[in-house]
Amino acid sequence: MVQIRDICRYVRSKNAGPFWVTIDLFFTPENYLKYRDNAVLSPQLIGNAYGVDVALVKRIPVDSLCMIKLSYPRPTAQGGVLERDMHSGQQYAQLLDVELAQ
Amino acid sequence: MVTNVTPKKSVDEVKVCVPAGMLGTGVRAEEVDAALRAGADVIAMDAGSTDSGPYYLACGVSKSGKEAIKRDLTILMLAQERSGVPLVIGSCGTSGCDEAVNWTRDVVLEIAKEQGMAPRIALLYSEQSRDLLKEKLGAGLVAPLAPAIELDEQTIDACDRIVALMGPEPYIAALEKGADIILGGRTTDTAVLASYPLMKGAHVGSAWHAAKIAECGGLCTNNPTLPGVMMTLHAEGFDIAPLTDSNTCTPQSVAAHMLYENADPIYLVEPGGVLDVSAADYSSVDSRTVRVTGSQWLPRKYTMKLEGAGGGPFQTLMLVGIAAPEVLGSIDLFIARLQSALGDRVESIMGAQAGEYNISLRPYGWNAVSGRQMPENATPPHEIGLLFVATARTQELATKIAKACNTYFFHFPLELGQELPSYAFPFSPAEIERGQVFEFKLNHIVEVDSPEELVRTIWLDLSKEEQSGDRV
Repeated sequence: MVQIRDICRYVRSKNAGPFWVTIDLFFTPENYLKYRDNAVLSPQLIGNAYGVDVALVKRIPVDSLCMIKLSYPRPTAQGGVLERDMHSGQQYAQLLDVELAQ
Repeated sequence: MVTNVTPKKSVDEVKVCVPAGMLGTGVRAEEVDAALRAGADVIAMDAGSTDSGPYYLACGVSKSGKEAIKRDLTILMLAQERSGVPLVIGSCGTSGCDEAVNWTRDVVLEIAKEQGMAPRIALLYSEQSRDLLKEKLGAGLVAPLAPAIELDEQTIDACDRIVALMGPEPYIAALEKGADIILGGRTTDTAVLASYPLMKGAHVGSAWHAAKIAECGGLCTNNPTLPGVMMTLHAEGFDIAPLTDSNTCTPQSVAAHMLYENADPIYLVEPGGVLDVSAADYSSVDSRTVRVTGSQWLPRKYTMKLEGAGGGPFQTLMLVGIAAPEVLGSIDLFIARLQSALGDRVESIMGAQAGEYNISLRPYGWNAVSGRQMPENATPPHEIGLLFVATARTQELATKIAKACNTYFFHFPLELGQELPSYAFPFSPAEIERGQVFEFKLNHIVEVDSPEELVRTIWLDLSKEEQSGDRV
């Protein structure tokens, strides 16, 4: 098994407006070819990690940039009573140790 | 070192100088000068965002301080006056509500007075009244975006301020009437930058795409600490290059910017259409300039996105540091017990008087940022900061709740019967009144008859003796 931290060269998260979060998984060209269609890197990954409805998750691979974009609706709008990460800039971190088959 | 971006421009080119991604973050006079020497036709940038949260819209307050805005505006206004090219600024004062536009206007007037300038200023307002929005809602002209929030009159009433995001049309109208400076209310970042090229008849898809790439200034370059870029529209598409000679744009740095803070990097919805970059091609013109071709614009029914924010309950905070090893070995258990004890304490002291309230305990150094369940085998930290957040209907109630909890929060042991520990309060008094919680309440679009329907333009011509509020 490998972890997302091993197969991505860079991972980041950020708000995309007050109601969405977007996570970018960047790969080397070799790893992109190898893992682009891996079942773990699916909307279910986001559903499991952030407790959002899988049907609302957008998964957009961008071949020219060797990256996969995963966007999901924020569980609560930015800035509410229970806000923990105003810009969602740290939400990616918990994905790093998710495991997938080599 | 700064030099010309492109030595000479041909007659059918349109050049937009984008001095930085946001007004107030530090434009560089030498970069703006370089852009003007290279033949910039307009200086355009954005001054707003929802990025920093709902407070700025709900209260109409600028995120940047006046000093930072004034510094940047002084550089830009001097460049405008010297060159005669228009200066276009969108989403003034962070939220782009009327008060934020007026706040920016006053800074501009102060600079004009100090520097002896007399520009012709167009002010574009796009704040909307709750009554107008209710009418639009009643007429079936307001539609939700995903994730859908149910919209009723009560929700509209809960917004302290509502703005509609303008497209380029009000900017084009003001440019055609000869504005030296345009101060716009809330606008899509892209529309501000695309307005001048669109007025000049540039390829529509290229104008929007160039604006999307340049909207964060230097972020599309390989050295984002140098804030300025030039977008050049031409017959084949557009070029994008940094304003400082030592900085570079590469196809990778430019294409990657489509990913930034964007749920979908291929299709970008704008007022009146969708930018489609699925067929876009990014190639290097030279070591620092990227050419983009193949951008497409798909016209759609004209809609404006709405943003609305309003005040909610109030919060009072307490913070303790915990270094006690036995607590750090069982943080989740400790917090569950403390949470329960604090609830009992508030109930016994305040009863129904507390009203609808919430106590949130967030252990920084453990899982405060994610809120997730930590794995069984996670290594205990050396210390944590435990944040206590009481949320209640009024500030007074939130503070009463915090005070009721103070002793427990300070002395709560992991196991009952243990000697009472004293955790590390960094402040006296321990309670911090944080103020009101603000919330975004709208994620909707509104259909309009024309791009100007919800926009008001006011002219201030400082060259005339009497300043008139001439509504157009």
